[in-house]
Amino acid sequence: MSSRLLLCLGTTALAGLAGAAAAQEELNALVWCDHTDDALIAPFEEAHGVTVNLREYEGTGAALALLEQSRPGDWDVLVIDGIDVFRAVEAGLLAELPADALPTGDFFPEVVMAENNIVDGKTYAVTEKFGYNTISYNAAKVDPADMSDLSAVWSEKYAGRLSIYDYYLPVMGLAAIAGGIPTAEIGTDDLSAIGETLATMRSRAASVAGVVAAQTALATGEVDIVVGGGEWLTAVLAEEQPDLTWTIPEQGAVRWAQSIGVLEGSEKPDLALEFVKYIVSPEGQARLATSSCFWGMPANAKAGDILTDAQKAVLRWDDQPDYLSRTQLYPAPDTDLDIEMQDLWLDTLQQ
Amino acid sequence: MTAVRSDAMGWGFVAPALLWTLAFFVLPFAVMGAMSLATLDGRELVWGLSLSNYAELAERAYLRRAVIVSLEITLTVTALSVLLAYPLAWIIAFRVPPRWQRLALLLAILPFWTSYVVRSYAWLLVLAREGWVNEALLMLGLIAEPVTLANTRLATVTGFVHFFVMLLTLTIYANLVQLSPNYRRAAMDLGASAFQTFRHVILPLTLPGIVTGAFLTFVLCIGDYVTPQILGGNTELTVPQVIMVQLGRRADFPLASALAIVLMGLVTLAYLAGARWLRVDRL
Repeated sequence: MSSRLLLCLGTTALAGLAGAAAAQEELNALVWCDHTDDALIAPFEEAHGVTVNLREYEGTGAALALLEQSRPGDWDVLVIDGIDVFRAVEAGLLAELPADALPTGDFFPEVVMAENNIVDGKTYAVTEKFGYNTISYNAAKVDPADMSDLSAVWSEKYAGRLSIYDYYLPVMGLAAIAGGIPTAEIGTDDLSAIGETLATMRSRAASVAGVVAAQTALATGEVDIVVGGGEWLTAVLAEEQPDLTWTIPEQGAVRWAQSIGVLEGSEKPDLALEFVKYIVSPEGQARLATSSCFWGMPANAKAGDILTDAQKAVLRWDDQPDYLSRTQLYPAPDTDLDIEMQDLWLDTLQQ
Repeated sequence: MTAVRSDAMGWGFVAPALLWTLAFFVLPFAVMGAMSLATLDGRELVWGLSLSNYAELAERAYLRRAVIVSLEITLTVTALSVLLAYPLAWIIAFRVPPRWQRLALLLAILPFWTSYVVRSYAWLLVLAREGWVNEALLMLGLIAEPVTLANTRLATVTGFVHFFVMLLTLTIYANLVQLSPNYRRAAMDLGASAFQTFRHVILPLTLPGIVTGAFLTFVLCIGDYVTPQILGGNTELTVPQVIMVQLGRRADFPLASALAIVLMGLVTLAYLAGARWLRVDRL
């Protein structure tokens, strides 16, 4: 065997080993679109010398189905709707997190959400971002005073000028709040009243739109109001169209929150935990809050030291104590009630 | 011996196509069929032979409505596309000089070169209250204030028709250019008027091209999720949209599979209705 051939084989073997080593330095995360901003991920990759592979998903059902069809270890990190953490825990998909490694003491107290992220005394996820499903509107086209009363928002006055955000939980939560039903107490018996409000809302709506469609509709003047909208809808448009704004009505609004956790069976649990810790650190939180996909409030209040005054103004940082006191977490139904709520939503859409 | 070798060679040639069909059609279809007979117990998938997912179609009004909406939109789009594509194909085949026909066809299919999603969003902007259509109607004094065009069934149908007219133009044109001019001449010689010639000679002879294009339109339209989602504004839901809801939030694969089987059933019915004239070689 010639020395050249040996050199070739040796080089190939080393390349293979290097490749294997590089493969061990990859983290696979199943996330929402706000995590795909390079400004958020690149600092972590550089600090740890790793590559973070991100896959976006929509809908907890789709994520859980994907995880259940994957091999343990395929995925390391999961970003999930705060109210759905229990579903992932029930399915045995989330690993326990060391509670003392998480800076929840620095969080806005209302969004620690221990009842969602902790099951049987074990922490499985941590809140990373929150915001509101409320009323977004064009201040140049509607009377802002009307927007502070939910019943006025979907009154005949604005027929054909509003769009409904296409997610049943926050919109049904708003309908419940309008009827004086606390979102945490929604039961089967309340669905009739909520359905009536939904039907009224639907009859006045020009469309039922997802994130991009709702933003397009507001920006192009197709509609003037988005029921279920909020800072996540208008913040990215604020610079170009300052008339697009949002408010929390007198009756209150719905609060959304997203959590992050490490997946059970991850082959890189330490690196995954480091990623979670980075995301909930003040620096990570500031970057996540102002992600190019959508803005939202950071769970960690210390992100306020990093965010600029202009960014905090868009996020309405100083109003948070008032907003947090007047909003309710959006409904977290059990499986049976969830199906009933979806059926009601789909029935309403098809009317 | 020669016959056996010939048989083996025949199977050898056919095997790749057979395996491809088995792997990418028969097997997935079988899995989908089996999944449609399974049920969900909470989040647990329970395999079995239950027809409960199909029974839900009868029980849940929004599912029945989705089937009706899908059929109404698809049949409207197919009919409108045929009505618009036939004259266009006719003009290209018989009125455009042969040396310009390639260019005319190229122009007819130019919109195909744009992304489907981008094209749908473009229509959304064109049909918006402050879009070009409303602006033109206002300028002409035909309306006093902007009318709602986007986020309606009209918008969905418009987006679909724009796409499928191109497809149908190709299939009908391919049929028309194969017709010998002698058929028309013979009909005229026998005293037929232009309309009678078209009605009794040209139309029957071009029916395979029409039906083939219409069938393709039906198949692609009834299974499409993007156009109704972007242009329809969720003001009514089609079957593919309802399937996405089942998958996205509930992860209810059994019910989604049953709905997909229903879609396939509708496509099969459409095939049977047009089977007599369907000519895939016209494509």
